[in-house]
Amino acid sequence: MTDTTIDVEFDGASAMLRVRGDVTAASDSAFGDAYTQATAADARALLLDFSDMEYMNSGGIGVLVTTLVRCQRGGQQLLATGLDAHYRQILTLTRLDEAIAVHDTEAAALESVA
Amino acid sequence: MDPTPRTKQDPRATWANPVDKLAMGEVPAEAININVSGKRLSGPLQGFGQLWQKRYRIRFEDANPTPAEVVSIWKREFGSFWPKGQRFYAPLAEIAPGEVGLINGDVPGRQVLSTGVMVIYADDESFTFMTPEGHIFASWITFAAAREDDVTVASVDVLLRASDPLFEFILMAGGHEREDEHWKATLRNLAARNGATGEPTADRVCVDPKRQWRHAGNIRHNAAIRSGLWMMAHPQRMIRRPKD
Repeated sequence: MTDTTIDVEFDGASAMLRVRGDVTAASDSAFGDAYTQATAADARALLLDFSDMEYMNSGGIGVLVTTLVRCQRGGQQLLATGLDAHYRQILTLTRLDEAIAVHDTEAAALESVA
Repeated sequence: MDPTPRTKQDPRATWANPVDKLAMGEVPAEAININVSGKRLSGPLQGFGQLWQKRYRIRFEDANPTPAEVVSIWKREFGSFWPKGQRFYAPLAEIAPGEVGLINGDVPGRQVLSTGVMVIYADDESFTFMTPEGHIFASWITFAAAREDDVTVASVDVLLRASDPLFEFILMAGGHEREDEHWKATLRNLAARNGATGEPTADRVCVDPKRQWRHAGNIRHNAAIRSGLWMMAHPQRMIRRPKD
């Protein structure tokens, strides 16, 4: 298993969270730290970039839910990009796509931010 | 403990394909199947009540099966580890991604609550259920085993909201404690099956105290209400209930 690393970059009021490695239940602290970093910079939208993600299991889906709850409580949008067809299907299966807007490209995601 | 297996498996083989509505296969004649077929899956985002993260764990103190051995037995004999009064009708195949299982649970008044689960994820050292509309919880439940300090640890991780206002009330009125007892008894039985002893632990964290009032209408799917109405229409089933 590969540890999760998340680099946070900013574009105006949006924060891009570049996810690398595996997303599992053990990723909770990495996501929590990235959320804290984004929120400290007053980000109103968080874009999860999964382009360099290697693997996600069901524990990782739980981490996405807790991240989503943090965003909802903070009044922030949560978006995603860089997911291949398989992981898009998983978001559909788990009905996470009803709350996390999935975009084909980072540009499209940033354009959609209200 | 992270329920991640040490060896990554092909994600296409470990996840189920998306489904619009659940389809239940053949079930035993004594089973009541009224709240699964035709229902959509419903996770924590679709539920009503507070969002809870629960974790139950047991350390196998005096036996040393591998995590894969524990999970293999758990998949094959899943329902046998449940406490008396709760029946799990497993898929004809073993627990595997995309399979649907049926649950019949005894409730007071010789009633039966009929619901089910779908297996959304399974690898060699863990598997995850997602619940259908009308289930008590809108949830994901992950069952796993892993090595920790050279000891095998089995765990049940639940991320849940009560599905509707009635189930939220039931959870607040002792339902959480009953669920704790259910999974702790399950883990004790699993440990015994693996030749081990141990005392389970339970941890509960409220991730989101807010209730999702926009989902209060989920009560139209409530499996307890629908099961009760079905039992009233089929009173003979209140007498002829399967023995544990």
